[in-house]
Amino acid sequence: MSAREEILERIRTALKDSPVAPEIPREYRAASQLDEEALIELLVDRLIDYKAQVSVVDNAEVPARIAELLADAGSYVVPTGLDAGWLTGLELEHDSRRRQDSAAAPLSVAELDGIDAVVTGSAVAVAETGTIILDGSPNQGRRAITLVPDHHICIVKTTDITGILPEAMRRIDGTRPLTMISGPSATSDIELERVEGVHGPRKLDVIIAR
Amino acid sequence: MSTYLGMPSIPVYGTGNLHASESFPKAAHRELGNAQLRANLGHATHTIRDKRIAVVSELPDWEQLRDAGSAIKESVMARLPELLEQFEKTFTARGGVIHWARDATEANEIVAGLIRETGETEVVKIKSMATQEIGLNEYLEEQGIAAFETDLAELIVQLDHDKPSHILVPAIHKNRSQVRDIFLREMEGVDPDLTNEPARLAGAARAHLRRKFLTAKVAVSGANFALADSGTLAVVESEGNGRMCLTLPETLITVMGVEKLLPTWQDLEVFMQLLPRSSTGERMNPYTSLWTGVTEGDGPQNVHLVLLDNGRSAALADEKGRSALHCIRCSACMNVCPVYERTGGHAYGSTYPGPIGAILSPLMTGIQAEENNSLPYASSLCGACYDACPVKINIPDILVHLRSVDVDSKRGKKKIPTQMDVGMNAASWALSSGKRLGLLEKGLPLGRLAAGPDKKITKLPGIAAGWTQSRDIPAPPSQSFRDWWKKEHRTPEPDAAPAASQDQENQP
Repeated sequence: MSAREEILERIRTALKDSPVAPEIPREYRAASQLDEEALIELLVDRLIDYKAQVSVVDNAEVPARIAELLADAGSYVVPTGLDAGWLTGLELEHDSRRRQDSAAAPLSVAELDGIDAVVTGSAVAVAETGTIILDGSPNQGRRAITLVPDHHICIVKTTDITGILPEAMRRIDGTRPLTMISGPSATSDIELERVEGVHGPRKLDVIIAR
Repeated sequence: MSTYLGMPSIPVYGTGNLHASESFPKAAHRELGNAQLRANLGHATHTIRDKRIAVVSELPDWEQLRDAGSAIKESVMARLPELLEQFEKTFTARGGVIHWARDATEANEIVAGLIRETGETEVVKIKSMATQEIGLNEYLEEQGIAAFETDLAELIVQLDHDKPSHILVPAIHKNRSQVRDIFLREMEGVDPDLTNEPARLAGAARAHLRRKFLTAKVAVSGANFALADSGTLAVVESEGNGRMCLTLPETLITVMGVEKLLPTWQDLEVFMQLLPRSSTGERMNPYTSLWTGVTEGDGPQNVHLVLLDNGRSAALADEKGRSALHCIRCSACMNVCPVYERTGGHAYGSTYPGPIGAILSPLMTGIQAEENNSLPYASSLCGACYDACPVKINIPDILVHLRSVDVDSKRGKKKIPTQMDVGMNAASWALSSGKRLGLLEKGLPLGRLAAGPDKKITKLPGIAAGWTQSRDIPAPPSQSFRDWWKKEHRTPEPDAAPAASQDQENQP
């Protein structure tokens, strides 16, 4: 008997009393009642609590804000699908510091390790938990680019902000390669006190664009 | 590899790091002698308790989430064969490869075989209870494969040649100064001026592991959840070491217990609210990664999953104990446990310490395995664990159930009755009737005599000596409560019911 058959047989035998699968009570909240302003306020509060830096700007100001945040970066990477409009800041248009990455033309891990920052979009955000979800769409790119560089600049559109987790999960395709990010890399491993900055990007800048 | 012929005889128990090799009271006695350990644990468990309560109180629907979580897990157990087959189909359809392992040995052999196929002799690891349970690191070392733990606490434990003592924070028994000393002693190229500031210590770990992450070809992980309907796996973490292992290597090998399944994507919205708040006391953990088989051009292109039984089917066969398999390894139960807080995790022997370990370990190994029958008694049955459990596992009930399993397993083994048997028989005789109890209570003044002028009994004979080893028994009163009641109520209420007959009605 193969291990597969045997394990399944053991489990069937263990369930010989035929327990009935209960109905799942889903009386927990499925949606929040917050308007856009309240959502932005809550998301900002939660991101700051996790030591992310946040700025809320009008769409037109996004390029300038990105340029400002990249002022000290010797190099940065963007996914090829990043909204071109976001890089129209004068200093960004023909920026020699910029590298592009895509699944078709990926940078090596060593190359990424030499790059200071990364700029991406995002799929959806959860205000209540301060969570940003990346789903590998062309404006967010491969998972490696938001992991290896030490500074992540992430743009969240106000229309992508949800109140609570169930709302966000219902907007995304679970079979894409997903990364849920809540603040910069952190650990609670020493005396259960949270300390920011371990292996992932130690600096997380969130630009909320409205 | 174990070979089996014909139908399996049920239950088949688990092997590996699931046993206490000395009894809990003995181990606890030793651990309690370590004042530094108790100070470290007291500080850490109280910190996390406060954080958990704060973030749990924020949610108006916490109890509804617990109810949903509990029902989902119960449903998973009832439908496990069907869900495993469904998951196998969806995971395989997306390019993943599934392996089945009956026990620890078989799982270790599968993982080592997969690593050997890649030609590599080094792997990076994400903290995983399943691989702890099967003793994977030790096995790989014997096979000439070096496994590098990348979680900060696991790294501390591995560098110190120590054992984990907590399922979430394996180095919870070490304080910051001890961690600094371990790093200075064991970490190659570490800054000799390293301070005990947690941020500096985390920085040292980052520098130490960076090269390993960037060059590793193979990673080994556990999984927090697996979704049957989509074939998706999830790892919940904080530091980014998980993302490094799940994203950069070419080959990813995940080891997961068969009970970790969830039926649908929708169920994840429940558990991703329950787990972070219950474990690290955060609204959400910094990073969660989800992957469904292989994604072309993004992440590992060889994706394996080892589905592990190792005693889970045995736990499932115990109708009163099977809900222990609902556990999502959050560790809230150990953080609130008055016993764990004082003894620490090593006293439990098994990979799974604390209240959940005290039921899970004997359920997976059988109550008669080594010293595991001492674990169900490692509790005052205060019920704090049940209150804290995000999936509402009734740990105190299962502890009591397993105590009876333990007593039953010994019944009839010895010809001569033990002191405990004699005592229990006497108690059964005395407590089955109010008259008998009343008769015995006439002997109370004898106890007063034994207590002497200082009104304390300091030493009892036989097994009762254990009680007086660390405390005195105050002298018994000169009369029983029932005698007192009778006297009090004799007059002026002649129609008051006699206490003795009332008591008899209340006897079971």
